[in-house]
Amino acid sequence: MNAGMILTSLVDGLLIGVVYGIAAMGLNLIWGVMRVINLAHGALISLGMFGVYLLFSGLGLNPYLSLVLVALLGLLMGVLIYVIAIQRVINAPYLSTLLATFAINMIIIGLGTAAFTTTPRDIGFSLGNVELGPLTLQGTRLVAALVTLTVTAILYTFLYRTRTGKYIRAVSNNRAAAELMGIPSARILALSFGIGTMLAAIAGGLIATFFSFTILSGDLYQQKSFIIGVLGGLGNPLGALVGGLILGVLEGVLPLTMPNTWVPVIEFVLFIVILLVKPSGLLGGKK
Amino acid sequence: MKRSLFNLFAVLVILSLALAACGAPAVEEAPAAEAPAAAATEAPAAEEAPAAAVEKTAIVGFTASLTGKLNVESTRQNNGFKLWMDQVNAAGGVPLADGTVVKFDSKFYDDESNKDRVQELYTKLVTEDNADFLISPYSSGLADASAVIAEQYGKIMVTTGAASDSTYQKGYTLVYQAYTPASAYLTGSLDLLANADAAAKKIAIVHENDKFSTDVVTALEAYAIEKGYEVVLNEGYDSGTTDFAPIINKIPADVDAIMGGGHFADGQQFAKALSDKGVAAKFISLLVAPPEPTFAEIGDAAFGIVGPSQWEPLAAFAPDYGPTGAEFIEAYKAAFGEEPSYHAAGGYAAGLILQKGIETAGSLDVEAVKAAIDSEDMMTFFGHIKFDTSAENHGLQVGHSMVYVQWQKDASGALVKQVVWPLEGKTAETVYPIK
Repeated sequence: MNAGMILTSLVDGLLIGVVYGIAAMGLNLIWGVMRVINLAHGALISLGMFGVYLLFSGLGLNPYLSLVLVALLGLLMGVLIYVIAIQRVINAPYLSTLLATFAINMIIIGLGTAAFTTTPRDIGFSLGNVELGPLTLQGTRLVAALVTLTVTAILYTFLYRTRTGKYIRAVSNNRAAAELMGIPSARILALSFGIGTMLAAIAGGLIATFFSFTILSGDLYQQKSFIIGVLGGLGNPLGALVGGLILGVLEGVLPLTMPNTWVPVIEFVLFIVILLVKPSGLLGGKK
Repeated sequence: MKRSLFNLFAVLVILSLALAACGAPAVEEAPAAEAPAAAATEAPAAEEAPAAAVEKTAIVGFTASLTGKLNVESTRQNNGFKLWMDQVNAAGGVPLADGTVVKFDSKFYDDESNKDRVQELYTKLVTEDNADFLISPYSSGLADASAVIAEQYGKIMVTTGAASDSTYQKGYTLVYQAYTPASAYLTGSLDLLANADAAAKKIAIVHENDKFSTDVVTALEAYAIEKGYEVVLNEGYDSGTTDFAPIINKIPADVDAIMGGGHFADGQQFAKALSDKGVAAKFISLLVAPPEPTFAEIGDAAFGIVGPSQWEPLAAFAPDYGPTGAEFIEAYKAAFGEEPSYHAAGGYAAGLILQKGIETAGSLDVEAVKAAIDSEDMMTFFGHIKFDTSAENHGLQVGHSMVYVQWQKDASGALVKQVVWPLEGKTAETVYPIK
C-alpha cells in the first residue's frame, strides 16, 4: 500500500459517498417530515435509473438533461403516491405506513420486472477520465458529485430561505401547531413526499450514468440509506450527505487493509454502535 | 418517544435486511411461474401409461431463473432446451425397444435465482408433477442444490450451466454434467497468456464469492503457481457488487494479467470499471460475461477482454450425433431471433445427452438410461461428450473442452468476438498487450 493507492481510494470513496448521500437524503427527508419509513425508496431509485436510460437510449436525450425531466416526474409521482397510498394512513400506527410503502415497492418491482426483465442495462455513456497526478477520475462520477452538491445546496436554500421550506420545517417540528398557524399540512406533506421521491429519482439517474443496473438495483442503495440515516442523523438532510461521505470513505479505504467482503460487517457494526451510543446520529436528529 | 422511535426503526431495518439477505424481496412472495405448456402435463407419467399406447410422454422438469440476477444466462439455457424439445417432438419423438415412441413435455417453475427456492421446487417437480427426468437450473450453486433432490428421489439429472466440480464428488450416481468442469475454465487462459508473452509473470485474481467462481479460481491459482506465476492479489467480492473501484485500487500497477470475474452482471461491470479506472494490465480474462453478445454494450471497455466459452458459433466440430453447429444456429435464430450463446447451446446439449441415453437404453427405466448415459462417448455440435464413471467423480464431464474468445475490432472498427484459443480453433491472432 502506498500513498497513491490511499489517495485514490479516498477520492473514489468520497465520490461514491456523495451519491450515497443524495440517495439517503430523500429517505431522510420523508422520515423527518412525516415519520414514514419509505420502503419504496429503493424501487424509486431504480425508476430514476430507468428514466434516464430510456430517455437517453430511446430519445437520445443527454443523460443530464434527462435527469431534469426524471426529477420532475419523480416529484409528480411522489405527490401522487402520497395522495393515493400514504395520506389515508398517515395518522395510523407506523406499521400501516410501512406496509403501504412496502406495497408500493412490490408494485413497482413487479411492473418493472415485467416491463424491463432483470437483465442488466447499461446506458453506455462516458465523459472520459480526468488525470490528476496519481489519480484517474471518471468524468461521470465527478459530474454526479457536482450535481449532488448543487442539489443539496438548492434543497437547503429551499428549506431555510423560502416560505414553503419553512412550512415544511414547521410541519416537521410540530404538525398540530403548524396547522393551528394556518399551514396547509396536507399539501405540505404531499410536497415533502414528492421532494423525497424526486431526490431518489435523481440519485438513481446519476448512478445509471456509471453503473449497470436492473429494476432490483435500488435495493442496495436503500439499505445503505438506512445506515447513512442513522450515521448522519435521521431527518437531517445535511446529515445524510455527511453520513454518505463517511460510508463512501469507509468503503473506499477499508478494503486496502482487509478483504472487501468484510466492509459490510464493519458498516453494520457501526450502525449498531451509533444506535447505542448516539441514536440521534453524528449531526443530531431532525432539525 | 424519540428513543422508542429509533428502536422501532432499528428493528425494522434489521428485519428488512434479514429479509433482503434471503433473496430478492420483490419476487420472493410471488407465486412460481408455470410454463404455459404445464397445463397439458396432467397426464400420468410415461411409465404408468398403458403398454398398448403408441406414444408416451416423458416429463422433463426443471427450474429457470425467470427473475433475479441469473435471468440472462438462464433464459438462454431455457431457450436452447426448448428448441431441442420442439425439434425432437416435431421429428416424431424417440422410439423405444417396445415399439412405443416417447415425446417430451416440460414442467418448470421460476426459482427467482434463489437457491432456497430450488430444493422446494425440485421436490415439487418430482413428487407432484411426476417428472421423469430432470435438467438442472442455471449456475453451479443452484444446480448443486437441485442435484441432491434428483439423487434422493432416484431421478436422472443432466446438469447444464453448472461447471463446479464439487457436485460430482459427493457420491451421486444419477447426475451428469454437460459443461467442462470449473477447474478447467481459466487454466486455458493461462496457457494462452504463456503463449502470447513468456515474460508475463504477475497475475491478479479478482472473483465473485460464489461456489462456481471460487472453484474456478482455486484451480486457476494452483495451476498458476505450478507454472511459476506470481499471484499478486486474490480478492473475492460479494455477488451483486456494482462498485469495483475499491478492489481495483488494490491491484498493483505493474500487474501483467487480471483474471477472475463471476457471472454476467458483475463481470460486465468489472470490465467497465477496469477500463474507467485506466488499469494498464496487458491481458484480462473473465468468466461467463465476455462470450455473451450483450457484453459489447459497454463499448470500448469490452475491447481485448478474453473469456472462456463452453461453445462458440464459430467453433466447427464435426458431430456424430445431433445437428451440426450451423443447423443449430439457424434453428435457434429462427426460433428466438438472436445469435445463440453457449448457455443456449448447453441447454440444447442437455437434451441431446438425455435423448441419446433413452435411445440407447430403448426404455425410460432409470437404471437402463443411467447405464446408457454412463457409456456415452459422442461428438455433438457442442463438442465431445463423455462422463467420468468412477465412484469418486461420477458424472463429471471429461470429454468437453473450452474455447477462448476475445473482443476485437473488425476493419470498420466494430467490436467482434474472435476465437483465439486453442490455436487449432482460432479465428484471429490474440490482441496482446491490450493496453
